[in-house]
Amino acid sequence: MGIQYLHNPFHSVLSMCITITRQTLAIIYLQALSFIYTDVIPLVYLDTFAVGGGVPVEDQPDVSAVLSAYKQQGDPALYEEYYSGLKHFIECALDCHRAELSQLFYPLFVHMYLELVYNQHENEAKSFFEKFHGDQECYYQDDLRVLSSLTKKEHMKGNETMLDFRTSKFVLRISRDSYQLLKRHLQEKQNNQIWNIVQEHLYIDIFDGMPRSKQQIDAMVGSLAGEAKREANKAKVFFGLLKEPEIEVPLDDEDEEGENEEGKPKKKKPKRESMGSKSKKQDPNAPPQTRIPLPELKDSDKLDKIMNMKEATKRVRLGPECLPSICFYTFLNAYQGLTAVDVTDDSSMIVGGFADSTVRVWSVTPKKLRSVKSAADLSLIDKESDDVLERIMDEKTASELKILYGHSGPVYGTSFSPDRNYLLSCSEDGTVRLWSLQTFTCLVGYKGHNYPVWDTQFSPYGYYFVSGGHDRVARLWATDHYQPLRIFAGHLADVTCTRFHPNSNYIATGSADRTVRLWDVLNGNCVRIFTGHKGPIHSLAFSPNGRFLATGATDGRVLLWDIGHGLMVGELKGHTDTVYALRFSRDGEILASGSMDNTVRLWDAVKVFEDLETDDFTTATGHINLPENSQDLLLGTYMTKSTPVIHLHFTRRNLLLASGAYSPQ
Amino acid sequence: MAEEKKLKLSHTLLPAESMKVMAEAMGIAQVPEETSQLLADEVSYRIKEIAQDALKFMHMGKRRKLTTGDVDYALKLKNVEPLYGFHAQEFIPFRYASGGGRELYFYEEKEVDLSDIINTPLPRVPLDVCLKAHWLSIEGTQPAIPENPPPAPKEQQKAEATEPLKSTKPGQEENGPLKGQGQSAAAPDGKGKEKKAPVLEGAPLKLKPRSIHELSVEQQLYYKEITEACVGSCEAKRAEALQSIATDPGLYQMLPRFSTFISEGVRVNVVQNNLALLIYLMRMVKALMDNPTLYLEKYLHELIPAVMTCIVSRQLCLRPDVDNHWALRDFAARLIAQICKNFSTTTNNIQSRITKTFTKSWVDEKTPWTTRYGSIAGLAELGHDVIKTLILPRLQVEGERVRGIVEGPVVSNIDKIGADHVQSLLLVSAGEGGPPRPPPSTLSCPPPPAAAPPSR
Repeated sequence: MGIQYLHNPFHSVLSMCITITRQTLAIIYLQALSFIYTDVIPLVYLDTFAVGGGVPVEDQPDVSAVLSAYKQQGDPALYEEYYSGLKHFIECALDCHRAELSQLFYPLFVHMYLELVYNQHENEAKSFFEKFHGDQECYYQDDLRVLSSLTKKEHMKGNETMLDFRTSKFVLRISRDSYQLLKRHLQEKQNNQIWNIVQEHLYIDIFDGMPRSKQQIDAMVGSLAGEAKREANKAKVFFGLLKEPEIEVPLDDEDEEGENEEGKPKKKKPKRESMGSKSKKQDPNAPPQTRIPLPELKDSDKLDKIMNMKEATKRVRLGPECLPSICFYTFLNAYQGLTAVDVTDDSSMIVGGFADSTVRVWSVTPKKLRSVKSAADLSLIDKESDDVLERIMDEKTASELKILYGHSGPVYGTSFSPDRNYLLSCSEDGTVRLWSLQTFTCLVGYKGHNYPVWDTQFSPYGYYFVSGGHDRVARLWATDHYQPLRIFAGHLADVTCTRFHPNSNYIATGSADRTVRLWDVLNGNCVRIFTGHKGPIHSLAFSPNGRFLATGATDGRVLLWDIGHGLMVGELKGHTDTVYALRFSRDGEILASGSMDNTVRLWDAVKVFEDLETDDFTTATGHINLPENSQDLLLGTYMTKSTPVIHLHFTRRNLLLASGAYSPQ
Repeated sequence: MAEEKKLKLSHTLLPAESMKVMAEAMGIAQVPEETSQLLADEVSYRIKEIAQDALKFMHMGKRRKLTTGDVDYALKLKNVEPLYGFHAQEFIPFRYASGGGRELYFYEEKEVDLSDIINTPLPRVPLDVCLKAHWLSIEGTQPAIPENPPPAPKEQQKAEATEPLKSTKPGQEENGPLKGQGQSAAAPDGKGKEKKAPVLEGAPLKLKPRSIHELSVEQQLYYKEITEACVGSCEAKRAEALQSIATDPGLYQMLPRFSTFISEGVRVNVVQNNLALLIYLMRMVKALMDNPTLYLEKYLHELIPAVMTCIVSRQLCLRPDVDNHWALRDFAARLIAQICKNFSTTTNNIQSRITKTFTKSWVDEKTPWTTRYGSIAGLAELGHDVIKTLILPRLQVEGERVRGIVEGPVVSNIDKIGADHVQSLLLVSAGEGGPPRPPPSTLSCPPPPAAAPPSR
């Protein structure tokens, strides 16, 4: 066992932190801290480095090659004519085709502008921009702003946004009829300039059938690189939940307790049985149990599961008639410095990440936070005694708040491990740090992202975690490996948020390129690309049954996705500012959203998803037709007192905990 | 087609002259025009790029305000050394100066004497971050506690009172303070239109569902405590209760109860001539009016008669010759003036109606001195114009009447006291409403009435 640890960087850090002289005590201690992952075979990172669109590095060697695609040029004076000619054609087209063909405007505009800039026709480029930027859809504003500042060939080299336009083809979905119309027009007019762009820089995904309406198109477009190709969302996704391990519950014990607490054991018993049977049934959509090696349950995990089940029986059934109570944790005197919050699953601790590089952990139960005793004191403990776990704790260190120092930049993401022994934090300084909640010290600093890390999260089964940052990739790590196991590359801008699927087989990432991607942990492939948001995505939430994903963005909208079919299934409008927090209630009946506009809103998640089953056509074609029913789905809006809501959490009994920093205007 | 939303694009470019100035500052004398133009373009582009990156840090930092720190991190991303020394959160230390047709922003660096800094006492350590929990919502309803924003902003209370058709389901009240912040503001508006349309078309009229004003147990307890304290004997408790009425943001649901309490209270205590209680009730009215979150318009029909009663009632106390009911009348008169000032509009005509009431009872010959006093006090509080047009013209008549009592045979002690009070009141108010006092140097004109020595 000792040898095994020698290879383990995790352990060496640990042993530096705490030097324990006696080997036996060390083992007891480590067992107590549950550092032993003897049975886990981690995903080996040699097999696949999933590389989608190429890992973007600042000084890419092929930049000039990429840009040189713009070399071929027509007469710069004619560009405006070409564009307005096409504009005229599209505006005169039949209504049904017009909406579809209008999609061409934006990518053509960008590419023509870039061609002009690349070939150093600065003045023509400026006047081209002036003349036509007003035609573009309002959701491209941010990109247009970047574009407008770019006026010289030299600027193009370092500009990432523009590189994306080059490296990846802009994807348009157009019906066959509309496409034929366009093709015929361009060939008739001998409009080679535009035809070249269409051929080289755009990817036109042609489908058979009725052209889509303006509304249908608007719902899906908006991302940096157009819509997702249809085949990008065809892969099978095992969205079901894993079978719950059977835990031998010391039944007698429990019933007694149940009687003591509730006084009505009769009611409780049938419930427990039903729960047991539920977990035994294998979900047909679930991945094979061992698809991803997961850590084996420890005794403490089992205890926690039992606690969880007990709490679940006392859970409030939510619905439109029974809204959850909301308890708000306000961070006072944070001076605009609160950047991340997380709450443990059992709601006993809250962690805040701050702009001043600190991570602060609070206990919100009467049980105070204690660290273990020093090595010298530990050696004095009688390790045979039953309450050794209690004895190793140092009573003198008990306090409500522990501050963790170590980062050297704002802490943008925090996450508790499911067993509450560890804490992850990621920061502007490019590292992800693992902290022990037993010693309140830093155990490992994971270096990999060289740029700010925006978000990190533990897998629901522990051991693995994901991080995503400014370098546009998300990484999958295991706590005992100092290098990432997987790199998920493909986003065209910063990865702003990351979430594990409840079955731990998939990871969702939201990005500033206005897309959400779902990645397979097993092979690192991107299995879903969701487009439709009109601003950077800042929050993600999986429904507890694993079927749906909710995403929130700076545009204030919350979009709902069916993971199995790869479809958008709902749009919730109401927030007037960035949605920073999303969470489903424990049974998935209510979706709570929290935003920069100082409100918490509750939505009827049951109703959104129940209308959905009926429509087969949309599943086949992927054309969605969303009803405008946000107002009916909204169950409640709760204003805070100038406190943006940045985290939401449902306790095991379905009480909603919200938090944010009070920031008086 | 694309929406006709105009993109706000900045074409801000640094002037080429700035480049020259900066080059000179660095010791490079002759920078050609072309070079400085190129430099200016390049620098402008880089600055914009950095600003865009800085915005990213602001969004990830979950803030609305861009800080100097964000700019530093954006510079760091580009491998540029951050600007040190700009750490003020709230304030950017640039100063503006202009002169010679040039506008300048500069960073003022004062020479600081180190010993000064060493000798000044340390500033207080700022408070540390702490965590505080409260209920944002209890089973779907937001409790009215100071930690939450006022449950119904004044606009909404008003809307409830004036536009009964508008539904006020929780969650649709965003047309309050949030309105107009984003694109979604159109949604509630559209809803409003939909709801109103059928009314115009003569479809079945939607009436406001009769709302049951049920107070929660806590509210009932609060109401009981507050009302008991307000009319109880403990002055400290009363002050606390009045303070609560004047400041608590969540009282609007209890407002009808308070209003009834006051009006009933006045009705009973006027009959019983209980001066103390009347005073307490008027202080409650004052506290209600001081509360900025309450929309009182709906309850004026109860409050105004109560206050008016306390001004003009014939008798307000058991021993009119000894008790100081005059103070109550003065206090209530000030209240009514405040009500007029706050709520009088051209449609409800509160002020003119009140003025009429006062004048009518004053002009009446048989009015007792107490009522007479109240009417004059009420009028006098309504401002200069009222004094000028209504009090001054009657000054002589009233003076005669007062003289009749004061100098004539003693009819009754009460009348005499009343007349005395009316006289001094007239002197004060006529002084306020009279022509502006001339400067002391001009002695030619006779002194205005207020300057006359008081007769008693």
